[in-house]
Amino acid sequence: MRQLTYLAVLLGCLGAALWLEPVLRLGVLRQWRRLLGTVGAVAAVFLVWDVAAIAAGDWSFDPTMTSGVLLPGRLPLEELLFFLVVPVCSVLGFEAVRLVLSRRGAVRRGGDPL
Amino acid sequence: MTYTGAAALGVLAALALDLAVLRSRLVLGVVFWATYPIVVAFQLLSNGILAGLGVVRYDARAIIGVRLAYAPVEDLAFGFALVLTTLSVWVWWGRRAQP
Repeated sequence: MRQLTYLAVLLGCLGAALWLEPVLRLGVLRQWRRLLGTVGAVAAVFLVWDVAAIAAGDWSFDPTMTSGVLLPGRLPLEELLFFLVVPVCSVLGFEAVRLVLSRRGAVRRGGDPL
Repeated sequence: MTYTGAAALGVLAALALDLAVLRSRLVLGVVFWATYPIVVAFQLLSNGILAGLGVVRYDARAIIGVRLAYAPVEDLAFGFALVLTTLSVWVWWGRRAQP
């Protein structure tokens, strides 16, 4: 169970944001190409940073609190998932805020997010 | 480079991407700044658990040593860069699809 600690935190993050999609009918997951492209591009860049920082010893992971699955670059599986989960949660949160603000007339509906 | 230096560079790069490269200009608008406090609250919670339990350990030589909810302040800069980059690309992609 202890090895699932990091995974559980990631699942908690995903759960905290994923409900926004059906409840507010955000339509973020429907735009899967845009979401996949965004997450893929961002994850690729930040994973390079992560692998470099791990190689430099800037941070490390407790093997007793992670799954133990190591990807190339001594990257724990959870770190890859982190860079998928956090961007998806961010987009869901952003679109939820944009929708709520547009309903209140604070920003133009469907317009620029300013 | 230390994590401190890399995190500062990450923030600058994300700002440049948002303002000059993709021109999503999220940091000039209200939606981003209304979203970001929510993101930070969840970051402090989840990151605090990871750093507090010791799931992630930081080399003391790579950080300045100031911590917020167990996690080094550098993580806040890292998170800001990650979230701003994500939303900047997301908005840019949306505009590209619907000119």
